Amino acid sequence: MGLSEEQIERYSRHIILKQVGGKGQEKLLAGKVLIIGAGGLGAPAAMYLAAAGVGTIGIVDFDKVDLTNLQRQIIHFTKDINQEKVLSAKEKMEAINPDVKVVAHQLMLNSTNIVDVIKDYDFVIDGTDNFPIKFLINDACVLQKKSFSHGGILRFEGQTFTYTQGNACYRCLFREPPPKDAVPTCSQAGILGAVAGMLGTVQAAEALKYIIGIGDLLENRLLIFNALKMEYRSVKIKKSKNCPVCSDKPTITKLIDYEQTACDLK
Amino acid sequence: MENIKVDQKIDLRGVSCPLNFVKTKLKLEEMQRGQVLEVILDDGEAIQNVPRSIKEEGHKILVVARIDQKYFRVVIERGEES
Repeated sequence: MGLSEEQIERYSRHIILKQVGGKGQEKLLAGKVLIIGAGGLGAPAAMYLAAAGVGTIGIVDFDKVDLTNLQRQIIHFTKDINQEKVLSAKEKMEAINPDVKVVAHQLMLNSTNIVDVIKDYDFVIDGTDNFPIKFLINDACVLQKKSFSHGGILRFEGQTFTYTQGNACYRCLFREPPPKDAVPTCSQAGILGAVAGMLGTVQAAEALKYIIGIGDLLENRLLIFNALKMEYRSVKIKKSKNCPVCSDKPTITKLIDYEQTACDLK
Repeated sequence: MENIKVDQKIDLRGVSCPLNFVKTKLKLEEMQRGQVLEVILDDGEAIQNVPRSIKEEGHKILVVARIDQKYFRVVIERGEES
């Protein structure tokens, strides 16, 4: 492939890294990452992946930019209010790096369309904000043998892990979505804007490591942090022999659309 | 002159840090282990930093020789695949 003079300069701080080099940068330029949700997590992840030169980045969202998003969703600007989030995101990503091809998927994912959306990507970032979609992404990625980064944030806390084939999945941890209203959403509970950035950038770093093939991913480990105490820790998680989706004898073999609460859709 | 067979050469006169290192590193990535690269570098920051960084990457510095008042010649043997 070979890097142009401009690319050598643009990506020089990557190329300098022993674990990246020109070869690692070329892998990034050939890489394809899908970001689901152009919100608190997806916004920083999308900006860093675009800046890093990930060659193809897909971004999924059905929503439009709202004034309440701007406190944390740094890819959207005040002028973008009422604009489709995927188009607002695409504009900023292409502006930070014209090398990147951004594919805007303006739709709501469900059991019938998710496989078609994820199938061409190397890695998926879950930047969504509700349980039905998180379980759908997990199940679809497990069934398609697709690696993904799970992420969740609330108030001052965040959690994330990376799934790759043969390692613990989201359902190994949580069998099914919690009952409605058992866990508040960000719109009900609040979120410190910077916490979204802290977690979204961890997810972006995992995607970059996965594509280059370096370091230790957050496999079988759940990274948990609390920004109020400013403490990070990682907890071992185990692949479950009885996992309904990723075990040898799965009870879930096709995708499920769990009911979303009206509040989640706001 | 020492008796070393040089496989590739790059002239990085006037190329500043860290781009001179980046270009040296990219050239070495294209080469095979044991092959030899000759690089011309500026005096000052370049000659102080580039050979050291190249050594940290696992390559071998064979020669560092002053050409004149402004430039140095550095001969590098490509090390292990990093």
